[in-house]
Amino acid sequence: MKLKFALCLLLLSGGPVFAQATDTPLLIGGCQGCHGASGQGGHGIPSIKANHSRDEFIALMRAFSANERPATVMGRISRGYTPEQIALLAAHYARPQ
Amino acid sequence: MTLSRRVFLSAAALPAGLAAPNLARAQAGAGRVVIIGGGFGGASAARFARDNFPALNITLIERSRSFTTCPYGNLVLAGRRDINFITFGYEKLAARGVRVVHQSVVAVDAAAKQVRLADGAQVPYDRLIMSPGIDLRWGSIEGYDEAASERMPHGWVPSLQPISLLRRQLEAMPDGGRFVMVIPDNPFRCPPGPYERISMVADYLKRAKPRSKLIALDAKNGFSKQPLFQDAWAELYPGIIEWRGASNDGRVTRVNGAAMEVETEFGEKLKGDVVNVIPPQMAAKIARDAGLANQSGWCPIKPATLESAQVEGIHVLGDATIAAPMPKSGYVASSHAKHAVACIAASLAGRAPPSATFFNTCYSHVGADYGISIVGVFRPGPNGFAEVEGSGGISPRNAALTAERRKEHRQLEALYADGWYDSITDEMFG
Ligand SMILES: Cc1cc2nc3c(=O)[nH]c(=O)nc-3n(C[C@H](O)[C@H](O)[C@H](O)COP(=O)(O)OP(=O)(O)OC[C@H]3O[C@@H](n4cnc5c(N)ncnc54)[C@H](O)[C@@H]3O)c2cc1C
Repeated sequence: MKLKFALCLLLLSGGPVFAQATDTPLLIGGCQGCHGASGQGGHGIPSIKANHSRDEFIALMRAFSANERPATVMGRISRGYTPEQIALLAAHYARPQ
Repeated sequence: MTLSRRVFLSAAALPAGLAAPNLARAQAGAGRVVIIGGGFGGASAARFARDNFPALNITLIERSRSFTTCPYGNLVLAGRRDINFITFGYEKLAARGVRVVHQSVVAVDAAAKQVRLADGAQVPYDRLIMSPGIDLRWGSIEGYDEAASERMPHGWVPSLQPISLLRRQLEAMPDGGRFVMVIPDNPFRCPPGPYERISMVADYLKRAKPRSKLIALDAKNGFSKQPLFQDAWAELYPGIIEWRGASNDGRVTRVNGAAMEVETEFGEKLKGDVVNVIPPQMAAKIARDAGLANQSGWCPIKPATLESAQVEGIHVLGDATIAAPMPKSGYVASSHAKHAVACIAASLAGRAPPSATFFNTCYSHVGADYGISIVGVFRPGPNGFAEVEGSGGISPRNAALTAERRKEHRQLEALYADGWYDSITDEMFG
């Protein structure tokens, strides 16, 4: 809801941040396919919704991409995203700070 | 639910909550977006637009009243899911404010920016999204036409032929019978799909008709997740499956529906008790008629925005496009959908398109509690699209895992497949 509201404001105010604001809803598409619309998980797929701090989220993704943490698909997935994209995902899914 | 011209011209006739086109255009980034096709690309686009870009006025045009997914169709074939489980309606999308029109689009007039429906109504748009999926190339295998497909079902386009036809034939097959599968060359819808189907048919045969055999005749020499599938077939279904590639005379050039017989390139004739022919494919008719396809039969697109490379103002998504190395998958179609909608919203607001990252995970069920996957993350590249280096790929092979970890890995991926199916269908129709 918050996100939608922010997007509306951006659409209306029309600042140069627009591209960044649309990046998050686009990026999370890669997560939502398995973790669900809000990251809630299910069918044995862990919830990623407000489970971690931003730093923990980023560290987790790094560990996946370095194969330092056992995974089924997350190693293969995490290596596809840039550090900036991971930071956006962390900001979206992490616990409010 | 027939839509008349009047509905589009009269603001009073619009459902509450949807601004009339003229009013809508006054808002920043507003505009009329028409979407052709309510499958993986189209339904995902409609939902994403409603959730994220309330200023867009969305009309979804789909010829069928319900949508039966291809994904999980192979589990229906195996008797592991019911047809109702994979069939969805459009009511919830409509309740979310998408104007859903159940009509066939018969013509696209890109110059006048409107599409014509089978009932004669014209639907104007500011931006058009087309995700109409595929058509089968009837006759490209000699003798394989619509009539022959009643005897030798394809089970590849649920809106043309329900998977239940093939399921009935499989159930009626005698124990000790032969199931013949004919598989096309690339590109085609769902690269791992035929091999998931082989697995699921073998799963059924092993349980219900253990003396039966499956022979798969393939027009190519390699396929998606091949080592994983072949490891699993040897492990789970020894003696049931025979797969023949092109260099082993696997290419079928002719079929005889009456005789339930297929003929290979080098003239071998094979009879089946059930014959499943997956023929070569191309972009759906409306995309070809609209001038979106090139001589390959598929639609070239601009990688940064997914706009047609041939006709302006039309974004093309999903299976109809030329988007290799992205596979023709439902998840890719949904990834395309979100990006196209965001590009449209940006362009209507006079801004540059967002940067593109496309995503795919395709799980395949190989047996009960046995799943495998392929992952891909893609960006626009110098020529078309490119997979992000170092990312993606297939599940580890058996040899790379301890016995214990292997069991867990395969079980988890089967479970995750169910999670994926729930999430993606909920996103489209929930
Ligand atoms: C056996 C099988 C298993 C599969 N498993 C998976 C899987 O596990 N994961 C995965 O990601 N993908 C899977 N796929 C692939 C997936 O089904 C397709 O990639 C996906 O459907 C493509 O989406 P689309 O929007 O391009 O086309 P579709 O989903 O086919 O949607 C096209 C829609 O457009 C409509 N339409 C066409 N022309 C018109 C017209 N003129 N007017 C109005 N409406 C029209 C059609 O009725 C249809 O509903 C599988 C496919 C098969 C065959």
